[in-house]
Amino acid sequence: MEAYISLFVKAVFIENLALSFFLGMCTFIAVSKKIATAMGLGVAVMVVQAITVPANNIVYHSLLKEDALSWMGITGVDLSFLALLSCIGMIAALVQILEMILDKFFPALYHALGVFLPLITVNCAILGGSLFMIERDYSFGESVTYGVGSGLGWALAITVMAGVREKLKYSDIPAGLQGLGITFITAGLMSLGFMAFSGIQL
Amino acid sequence: MSAVLNDETKKVLTTPLVNDNPITLQVLGICSALAVTSQMSTSLIMALALTLVTAFSSAAISAIRNHIPGSIRIIVQMTIIASLVIVVDQILKAFAYEVSKQLSVFVGLIITNCIVMGRAEGYAMKNPPLESFMDGIGNGLGYSLILIIVAFFRETLGSGKLLGYEVFKLAKDGGWYDPNGLMLLPPSAFFIIGLIIWAVRQWKPNQVEKVEYKIMSIAHGDGGHH
Repeated sequence: MEAYISLFVKAVFIENLALSFFLGMCTFIAVSKKIATAMGLGVAVMVVQAITVPANNIVYHSLLKEDALSWMGITGVDLSFLALLSCIGMIAALVQILEMILDKFFPALYHALGVFLPLITVNCAILGGSLFMIERDYSFGESVTYGVGSGLGWALAITVMAGVREKLKYSDIPAGLQGLGITFITAGLMSLGFMAFSGIQL
Repeated sequence: MSAVLNDETKKVLTTPLVNDNPITLQVLGICSALAVTSQMSTSLIMALALTLVTAFSSAAISAIRNHIPGSIRIIVQMTIIASLVIVVDQILKAFAYEVSKQLSVFVGLIITNCIVMGRAEGYAMKNPPLESFMDGIGNGLGYSLILIIVAFFRETLGSGKLLGYEVFKLAKDGGWYDPNGLMLLPPSAFFIIGLIIWAVRQWKPNQVEKVEYKIMSIAHGDGGHH
């Protein structure tokens, strides 16, 4: 249990996908102008991440990994080079299914997230999460923890960023730094803040 | 060669460098620009990989653009891009294993790099293969330019070396330069890109973004009101 808790804390703070691995930066910069939208996107990323990382884990361990097909009586086959294709296919398919389920059963939530869901397929935080899971060879339990944790970390980062940017628009910024420039500097300062967590021993 | 490089080709090849740079103006493909730049060698490999993937995926998508049904075009584009990235990944693993270990997941993340998708969707779907190929190369070069600038500052200031060769003699080896450890950490990449954007927009003022709220001077007694 303790191992899971430390993995979770590590995924949320120490190895924050947005601020220490720079994943999902394009949307992170583009959709962080208002707190409400940022939070909506954050929640959507968290949900998708919590589903896709374990799902990719199952596919990878039961189909693609070296000798993973032994349950079918096929040995000596290593399909791990297909991991990239299967991960992105899985993500695209799951996002599509999630969109349909939400539309049918939770229309309110669907309308809140609607715009962001298709965007999530091409969010590198999602694919990055799955690839990190494969690289670090997480078990199923760990992959669930990592999926939820890293999604939460990303959501946290984009919400905080939106909060800062909402205040920032009232400040007097040099013309060239206006918009994108100052956003990068702000993200740098936030990332500096998150660096403080790296001193935590788990 | 002159027949190939007509005006249109030259235009798509050079505008993405400064005037329409994918990173500083279009805000695309920032993730990897930040993550792989703590060393020049990884940045060069990454830049090369991305340029090739963008060029070839644009060319391939453009070649079949009239046969792709609109509703499934994203999946088709994604599959083409993912297959190319797998090729790049396998080549790197075979011939540059050390670098591919350092790049870790970021080679795979070329799939979701918005530059590749952006060019496929925005240019290759409407233009013939050769132009799309050149457009891919151009945008890849624009991305490479930023990557190389960032990596240059991060590696020289952070470890006193460039591509592994000594530039500044470090204090611990009896030299004079005390390396700036911050340069090797994530935040410095944000700062350097922010400053590059500032520099580019100072040089090309037409790229400056519109102000959302005009700050009034205190003399009008309007300081806190908007």
